[in-house]
Amino acid sequence: MGSHVFQAEQVVAGYDRQTVIDGVSLVVPVNRISVMIGANGCGKSTLLKALARLIKPESGSISLDGKPVGKIPPKQLARVLGLLPQSPIVPEGITVADLVGRGRFPHQSWHAGWTSKDAEAVAEAMRIMNIAELADRHIDELSGGQRQRVWIAMALAQQTDILFLDEPTTFLDITYQIEILDLLTDLNRKYGTTIVMVLHDINLSARYADHIFALREGKLMAEGKPSEVITDLLVKDIFGLDCAVIKDPVSGSPLVVPKGRYHAGSASR
Amino acid sequence: MKNQTIEWVLAGRRQRRRRWILVTCLLAAVACFLCCAMLLLGSTVYPVQDVIRALAGEHLQGVSFAVNTIRLPRMLAGLLAGFAFGLAGYVFQTMLRNPLANPNVIGITSGTGAAAVFCTIVLHASGAVVSAASVIAGLATVLIIYILSRGKSFAVGRLILVGIGIQAMLDAVISYLLLISAQQDIPAALRWLAGSLNGSQMHELAPLAIATLVFTPIAIVLGKHLQLLELGEQTASSLGVDTNKTRIALIASSVCMIAIATAATGPIAFVSFLAGPIAKRLAGVGFSNIVPSGLVGVNLVLAADLIGQFAFEYRFPVGVITGLLGAPYLIFLLIRMNRKGEL
Repeated sequence: MGSHVFQAEQVVAGYDRQTVIDGVSLVVPVNRISVMIGANGCGKSTLLKALARLIKPESGSISLDGKPVGKIPPKQLARVLGLLPQSPIVPEGITVADLVGRGRFPHQSWHAGWTSKDAEAVAEAMRIMNIAELADRHIDELSGGQRQRVWIAMALAQQTDILFLDEPTTFLDITYQIEILDLLTDLNRKYGTTIVMVLHDINLSARYADHIFALREGKLMAEGKPSEVITDLLVKDIFGLDCAVIKDPVSGSPLVVPKGRYHAGSASR
Repeated sequence: MKNQTIEWVLAGRRQRRRRWILVTCLLAAVACFLCCAMLLLGSTVYPVQDVIRALAGEHLQGVSFAVNTIRLPRMLAGLLAGFAFGLAGYVFQTMLRNPLANPNVIGITSGTGAAAVFCTIVLHASGAVVSAASVIAGLATVLIIYILSRGKSFAVGRLILVGIGIQAMLDAVISYLLLISAQQDIPAALRWLAGSLNGSQMHELAPLAIATLVFTPIAIVLGKHLQLLELGEQTASSLGVDTNKTRIALIASSVCMIAIATAATGPIAFVSFLAGPIAKRLAGVGFSNIVPSGLVGVNLVLAADLIGQFAFEYRFPVGVITGLLGAPYLIFLLIRMNRKGEL
C-alpha cells in the first residue's frame, strides 16, 4: 500500500487561452475515494486531466511526493498514477486480455518481452473486475458495462497507487453503475488504492465518496466529507438547484431530493 | 482460480504470439519466393545455376547483363519500395486511427510526384536531382498539410480533408506540366506516375536502401508505443507514452521512407493503403504489425510486378496492377465506414 502525496497548488488550466480551471489548490486524500462534483462545464474533467498531466497547466504547480509531475519521466509517473479517460478508443478486433495487457506498458522496458509478473498483474486485474471468463472475447462483442470493466482492468493492470477515473459510470444502466462503484470500493478497501473520480450523479457521489471536491466555474468551492459538505445550500450554490437533503435510508449518506416547479406537493406548502 | 486465470492469460498470449510468428515467417517465405521468381523469370529463362553464378560475379554471356543489370535492381527496387510503402502505410493508419489515412490520400505521393514531373519535364534533370527534389517536396507537402489542418486541436478528419484538397491541387499541377511538356518527355513521366520498377538502376537504389535500414528499426522500437497510441491520445499518455515525441518520430520516419521510395519507383498505387489491413487480418492485433505490413507490401509489389510483366500480352507497370487491386478495396472500405457511421 503506497502513501503518495499528490497535491496541486493554484493550478490554472484550460484550452486555447480559455481558462477553465481558475486557481485550484488541493491535496488528494491518501488511500481514500475522492469524487469531484459540479455542474456541466464547471471544469471537473479538465481539473482531472490537468492533475494527470494530460493537459499542461498555464500556471500553478502539481506535485507528487513533493516533486513537480512535469519533472518526473512519463513512464515513471505512469507506475504511480493511472488515469482512465472518459472515452478511450477500442482498436478493431482486440481481445479483452490483450487490451488489459497493454496496461503493463509502464512496467516493461523497450527490449524485454513479457514476464510472469505481467501475466499475474493482468490476471489479477481481470479477476478483480470479474472479467476473467471474457479473456479471449473481442471487445466489440461486449456490453457497455462489461466494456467499462475491461477498461478499468487495464488501468488496474498498470498497478498504480493512485487511480483517476473520468466519469467511469456515464452511459451505464444504474445496475452497472452500482457494480462499477462497488468494484472500485473493493479496490480501495483491499489494496488501499487512492481513487479520484469525476461522477455525474450527486447521490452516488455522496454515497461512495470518502471526500468530496465541489467545483463551480473552475474554482474549488467546498471540500470534505459528504455528510458535512453536501447541504441544500451547497447544491443551490454549485448546481443552482433547489433541493431538500435527507438521509439516504440505505447508506445513511446525504440524499439530494431536487425541487422542480412541478410536483412539489405537500412539502412546499 | 488464481493460477487458472494466469494460465488463461498466458495461453491466450502464446496463441496470439504463435499466430504472429507463423504469419510473419510465411510472409517472409513468400517474399523470398517472389524475389527468386523476379530473378529467374524474364524474356529468356536461364537455368538456376547460371543465375546464381551470374549473381556471384561470374561473367556469363547474356545472363550477367539480364540478371545483374536488369532483374536484380528491379527486384531490389520492388523489395525496398514495397517494404517502405507497407510499413509507412500501416504506421499512418494506426497512428491516425483511420484506414483512409495513408500517404496516398494525405498528399505525400502527389507532392513527390509533382516535384519529380517538374524536374523531368521542365528542368530536364535526372537521377539524384529528381530524387532529392521529390523527397523535399514530399516532406514539404506533409508540413503544409499539417500546418493547415492544425486548427485549435489536432483532428484526423480535418487532416484527411486538407490532404485530399492539397492532393487535388498538386494533381492539377502535374496535369498542367504534362500538357505543356514536349512530346518525347511524356512517356517517361507517365510511366513514373503510374509507378514502375522498369529501368531501376542499382546506384539509384542506394538512398532507398539506406532509408529503409535507418527508419525500419526506429519504427520497430516505437511499435509498442504505436499500439498504445491506437487507444487514444489520453490513454497513451496516461500509460506513460510521450505522445508528441512518439508521433513526430513516427511521422518523420514514415514520411521519409515513403518519399524516398516514391522518388525511386513512382507512386505504386494503393500498396501503403492495402498492406496494413491485410497484415492485421492475417497476423491479428495482439502484436505490432509493423514488420508484417512491410512484408505484405513487398509481396504485393513483387506479385503485381510479375503479373504485370507476364500475365498479359502487353507489359503493364506494377502500379496499374496494384491500382486494379486497391480500388475495389477502397470502395468496400468507404461503404463499410459509411454503414458504421465513421465517415
